[in-house]
Amino acid sequence: MTHSSKNMAQHFATALPHCKALSMRMDLLEDARAVMSMPYDARLIGDPATGVIHGGAVSALMDSCGGASVFMHPENAGASVTLDLRIDYMRPAKPEERISAESHCFHVTRNVAFVRVTAWAGEMKDEPVATATGAFSFKHKTKGRA
Amino acid sequence: MRAKPEPMQVIKERRDGALLRLVKAVPYIGFMGISFDRRGDELTATMAYSDMLIGNPAVPAIHGGATAAFLETAAIIELAWADIWAKIEMERLSGAEIAALPIPTFPKTIDFTTDYLSVGHPRDVYARARINRSGRRYASVHVEAWQDNRSKLVAQATGHFLMPSKDG
Repeated sequence: MTHSSKNMAQHFATALPHCKALSMRMDLLEDARAVMSMPYDARLIGDPATGVIHGGAVSALMDSCGGASVFMHPENAGASVTLDLRIDYMRPAKPEERISAESHCFHVTRNVAFVRVTAWAGEMKDEPVATATGAFSFKHKTKGRA
Repeated sequence: MRAKPEPMQVIKERRDGALLRLVKAVPYIGFMGISFDRRGDELTATMAYSDMLIGNPAVPAIHGGATAAFLETAAIIELAWADIWAKIEMERLSGAEIAALPIPTFPKTIDFTTDYLSVGHPRDVYARARINRSGRRYASVHVEAWQDNRSKLVAQATGHFLMPSKDG
């Protein structure tokens, strides 16, 4: 990981307009890992009966966090786009709680990066709200294009 | 003697009223600028372009998370709409009766897989959902989104949903 890539990834949350609209924050950046979070916001409610945030807003956080972890992979040489993302919803996110996501880019090939993401509400990291697996396009630093 | 057909205006008021009631119940749908057009029982969702939907400003492209959220919303409204359609049509509810109905319980997403097929350009996105299976408890829905050409998809998605229980 170079200093400049970390610098760029720091700006994910503020430079990307949709992340900014959801008030996302970058909480941690390491090799192939990222943690991002966003506050509870009544405008994002998906279930009016319970006040639980819409799954779509959680998708946006998990997608962004997944992208950040790909960006932070030591072999990364360029921009990535999401190829697919599957999200499993475990339980409703408790209203009023901040939602966090942690992503690990656990494998890369010449052209593809694979991520696993976990999202939780408040401090309940061991009781995830959702988990996701995704594939992103990837430019490998040393392997070159197949 | 057969009942006289209802005036078209009464039918439209009922259907549009019921649809609007579903859509207005969810703050996030308004936040994302999503609306629904109706032809008979067929719905088309539109996510009106706004700058806050952009993910990568360099391309510029709509954020993948926003696209996924749009598709999930289209799927949930399609399911809730199919559910309420049967009720309002069978009972021939009036606009006022629909306004007095309790806020519907929405289906809950179990899983949702989005497949990104091309860049979402900075303009409106459209989507239609198709219910492939709808049982008493589980439903499976496929959604397609496009911009300029119906045949060139921006994204497609499949999701499974838990239907609200009918007996409380």
